[in-house]
Amino acid sequence: MSCKEIICIVCPMGCHLQVAENPNMEEVYEVAGNKCPRGKVYGINEMVNPTRVLTTTIKIENAPLKRLPVKTNGVVPKDKIFQCMEVINKVKVASPVNMGDVIVSNILNTGVDIVASRSMR
Amino acid sequence: MYDVAVIGGGPAGLAAAIEARRNGIQNILVIERDRELGGILQQCIHNGFGLHIFKEELTGPEYAERFVNELNELGIEYKLDSMVLEITKDKKVHYVNSKDGFVSIQAKSIILAMGCRERTRGAIGVAGTRPAGVFTAGTAQRYLNMEGYMVGKKIVILGSGDIGLIMARRLTLEGAEVKIVLERMPYPGGLTRNIVQCLNDYNIPLKVSHTISSIKGKDRVEGVTIVQLDESGRIIPGSEQFMECDTLILSVGLIPENELSEKLEMRLDKVTKGPYVNEAMETSVSGIFACGNVVHVHDIVDYVTEESRIAGRNAAKYAKGELKTEGRLVETVPGNGISYIVPHTIRVNNIENKVDLLMRVRQVFHDVRMIIKADGEKIREIKKSHLLPGEMERVSLDIKALTCKNIAKLEVEICEGEE
Ligand SMILES: Cc1cc2nc3c(=O)[nH]c(=O)nc-3n(C[C@H](O)[C@H](O)[C@H](O)COP(=O)(O)OP(=O)(O)OC[C@H]3O[C@@H](n4cnc5c(N)ncnc54)[C@H](O)[C@@H]3O)c2cc1C
Ligand code: SF4
Repeated sequence: MSCKEIICIVCPMGCHLQVAENPNMEEVYEVAGNKCPRGKVYGINEMVNPTRVLTTTIKIENAPLKRLPVKTNGVVPKDKIFQCMEVINKVKVASPVNMGDVIVSNILNTGVDIVASRSMR
Repeated sequence: MYDVAVIGGGPAGLAAAIEARRNGIQNILVIERDRELGGILQQCIHNGFGLHIFKEELTGPEYAERFVNELNELGIEYKLDSMVLEITKDKKVHYVNSKDGFVSIQAKSIILAMGCRERTRGAIGVAGTRPAGVFTAGTAQRYLNMEGYMVGKKIVILGSGDIGLIMARRLTLEGAEVKIVLERMPYPGGLTRNIVQCLNDYNIPLKVSHTISSIKGKDRVEGVTIVQLDESGRIIPGSEQFMECDTLILSVGLIPENELSEKLEMRLDKVTKGPYVNEAMETSVSGIFACGNVVHVHDIVDYVTEESRIAGRNAAKYAKGELKTEGRLVETVPGNGISYIVPHTIRVNNIENKVDLLMRVRQVFHDVRMIIKADGEKIREIKKSHLLPGEMERVSLDIKALTCKNIAKLEVEICEGEE
């Protein structure tokens, strides 16, 4: 049985969670140290499939700025972040762009889109 | 003649102008020196804005755009590329831009919303040469996120405030190697969630009680000397360690932009470095209000918006001659463990139903009680499991707490241990 210390980032409390693997039980992971139920969900997720929102920028032409800020419109697996960056870094757009416009749809088959996080014209 | 003039078009200025309009003011002018509205938010492309106001995690530009759209829908007038040079006590605003030249306008009331600026190396005193490759975190953020200019490849970050942490992750994503983040205090400056998401996720080491004693390099940074500090902040002899890098990023704090406030001979708070304000967010100069980072540096933009709405509402009242100046005055006093409280004074007659006290603690506290006293008598006690100087605390007080007796002083203090 292994135990891992994880800091919950769901809210600013920043609880120190102890997540233990427990193969004999019905629930595979046991979480301690969480002050609320969201911490349990987060702790298990961090063990099974940690995910993050990715924010970055892409090249934009014909615009007052050289870069357009973009984000994933949902969470992507943490270990795919750098692969996502590779895809995003190849993309170039031209103004005008509206906030929420889809720049890359279903990136790396994650079911998540890369969208513009501001308008630019 | 304007009823309300707003200096600065960041989240503070936008929220204040919108709120003034909602309170019946037609003649409003927002003056912004940048080429667009939104302020610092336009370069903060990460998410984490708007959790309180919109119950969503927005990026900085998204948060800004919602307010810019609202400003436009309400038809509020604004000037871009216009720098305010001076404000006078009789409420004249002097600004310049390349189209109209030097312009003077008269307003009935003014709202200061100029935000803050970053401390630079001069303000912290690192020895050594002055080669290229030293940036403040905010400048590096603007270069990277707006101009598309990568500041370097091998990076050392001095200071663990949120901007430094956010930049550590951002630079790593863009292919740089962030070698280390150093913090001179014994605890990190930024939010815990940023330490986890920005440093731990990318295996970037953070060393507390460490700083830089000198920078090496003639034309470009070649490296820095890292030293360890003891409890009283002195360099531990023999702890020097050289680290190679081509870029040094300074994230060593923000201070309110107070050039205009100083010229007005406004009363300033020594701790926040911003103006003294009352419950209406009015400064010591009657009819001149202030909100956002120009008053005290905020870590959460939602609080900036809420504070700025108070300023906007009261500037509107002032312009209409409805703001009360007479009546009982309550002073707020930062007691044990608290470094400052905003507002500094409260005119009880202007409070509608509650007043929010915003404050910061001086050091890290665990499992303590925050005690609010009215003229020395305890009126409220709040248990706190975590208090960090990097996280602003807010306490709402019901108007009844202030009106039930003839209170003159409200004090907040931190008590360690059990009762
Ligand atoms: C790098 C960084 C990261 C942050 N991250 C987060 C986060 O993750 N989550 C969160 O909730 N909050 C975050 N914050 C906090 C929040 O964004 C700020 O507190 C907020 O933007 C402050 O708003 P403001 O309007 O007071 O100042 P600003 O946004 O700085 O706006 C001030 C405006 O005034 C203008 N101005 C200044 N002087 C003049 C003059 N003389 N004439 C005309 N115009 C002038 C400036 O150009 C600027 O546009 C962050 C802050 C920074 C600096
Ligand atoms: S466990 Fe709950 S209270 Fe603790 S940090 Fe996570 S969300 Fe916040």
